[in-house]
Amino acid sequence: MLAVHGLEVVYDDVVLVLRGVSLEVPTGAIVALLGANGAGKTTLLRAITGLLDVHRGRITKGEVLLDGDRIHGRDAPAIVRRGVAQVMEGRRVFAEMTVDENLRAGGFTRNRMQNREAYDRVMDLFPKLAERRDSTAGYLSGGEQQMVAMGRAMMASPKLLLLDEPSLGLAPRIVEQIRDIIVTLNEQGTTVLLVEQNANMALSIATHGTVLETGKVVKEGPAADLLGDEDIQEFYLGISGGDGAQRRSFRDVKSYRRRKRWGA
Amino acid sequence: MSEFLELSFAGIALGSRYALVALGFVIIFRATGVINFAHGGLMLLGAYFAYALIATGMPFALAVVLAMLGTAAFGATVERVALRPLVGRPVYAAIMVTVGLLFIMEQLATTIWGHNALTLGDPWGLDTVTAGDVVMPVKDLWTIGLAALALAAFFVLLRYTRIGVAMRATAADPEAALAQGISAGRITAVSWAIAAALATVAGVTFAAGPNALSPGLSTVALIAFPAMILGGMDSPGGAVVGGLIIGLVQSLTAGYQEDVLPWAGENVHHVMPFVVMILILLVRPYGLFGTREVRRI
Repeated sequence: MLAVHGLEVVYDDVVLVLRGVSLEVPTGAIVALLGANGAGKTTLLRAITGLLDVHRGRITKGEVLLDGDRIHGRDAPAIVRRGVAQVMEGRRVFAEMTVDENLRAGGFTRNRMQNREAYDRVMDLFPKLAERRDSTAGYLSGGEQQMVAMGRAMMASPKLLLLDEPSLGLAPRIVEQIRDIIVTLNEQGTTVLLVEQNANMALSIATHGTVLETGKVVKEGPAADLLGDEDIQEFYLGISGGDGAQRRSFRDVKSYRRRKRWGA
Repeated sequence: MSEFLELSFAGIALGSRYALVALGFVIIFRATGVINFAHGGLMLLGAYFAYALIATGMPFALAVVLAMLGTAAFGATVERVALRPLVGRPVYAAIMVTVGLLFIMEQLATTIWGHNALTLGDPWGLDTVTAGDVVMPVKDLWTIGLAALALAAFFVLLRYTRIGVAMRATAADPEAALAQGISAGRITAVSWAIAAALATVAGVTFAAGPNALSPGLSTVALIAFPAMILGGMDSPGGAVVGGLIIGLVQSLTAGYQEDVLPWAGENVHHVMPFVVMILILLVRPYGLFGTREVRRI
């Protein structure tokens, strides 16, 4: 189980991006992490996987526990070896390398035998990659690149898979495929933390959901409850409430952010 | 015609040494985004290591292999001590450190072995092979053969081995590579070791035979510099092509200068690599095979 307690992250010593975020991802679950741009979703993933250094970010408070052990502060390779793999936002495949080579890079921390097993499993999950094995990854379509990125992460045979906006920029049918694959690999025993802006897709497969806004958790609960929540429907699903279904002005939209009043 | 072929052959022999040095620049640049000015120092020390081993009476081939290993270990150590702490800091800091390291390595070599020209022995002598009416020195044939072997070994490593795939992943996207659990520090150390070993081969082929070994050898790296820029700073294949072009240009200019450029003086072949570099950069700012956008950690 992954547990994040009261996490604060600061970039460049001045920009406070996470302000005390707590989150739990029980073993075997799919947890959806929702939030608008700049809410801190990607930062939270970086804090979990040890990639903050690269962006000159630092954890100033709180802790990240994996099965009870503190993993924050360890370097990225050590965390991958602990069984946490990440599919980064924007896919980030190694464009000049073939699909097979991308997968081999994903299996860097594992030995030859483990890689052979993982490779077969990835090919079962993504039959399309088997056809494209020797193609240059950079020339694949967006959906195929997303599969390469996910397959590459699965090569590390992670216990916990972090997915950062896997539906980004993909056609609805491809998004469905990706969703089904997430469900399949979860059924095969991988715990999933799914970061999404596509709340509909995320909540339809998640057991739990957490909504992040400007670095704070503003809502959490079972996915079904969140799907029914009026605010979530309005902000993330684009459904306006009521039978009249009139358009509402953005001026009337309720904001979670408390306005601070100066003076008075 | 035979003069042209002979000059071209000499140019290829010279160019294959430049290719080895330029490839070393490229390997370290790909791993770290830093242009390693200390590379000439590694080449110099590699050649002196080989000299010291040969002086003990060791066979030439064995001495070269041991010198390669020794220089590789030395390179990896230097990286660990002087450059690793600068990861994540501005690149110019690391580049200035490599400039400093170059002077330290040159001084180290002079302090231990002195200024005098030393001989690495004469493993290949002055024999020549004649094909048609083209005369080829055996030394140059060996140089080309050794360089080709070293280059081929490197490209096989890059293409087929686990560490090679990891090196390419890190060059393509350092952060994504890190997210796969590929330790950037390890890749950098391996890159320095490989670059140092290749530099040793280059240093030995420059210094073996009649050329002799002196501390001035490290300036050769400056001529390999245009070879790297020419090929594109992050392209290993480009480094080889660039090295061969620079070698050919130097050899042919030296050969035909009196007929073609009598007014330019007989040292013009030292300048030609840089002229070619500038001309190519004017047309292709990223070199012949370089990536447009070069990212780094």
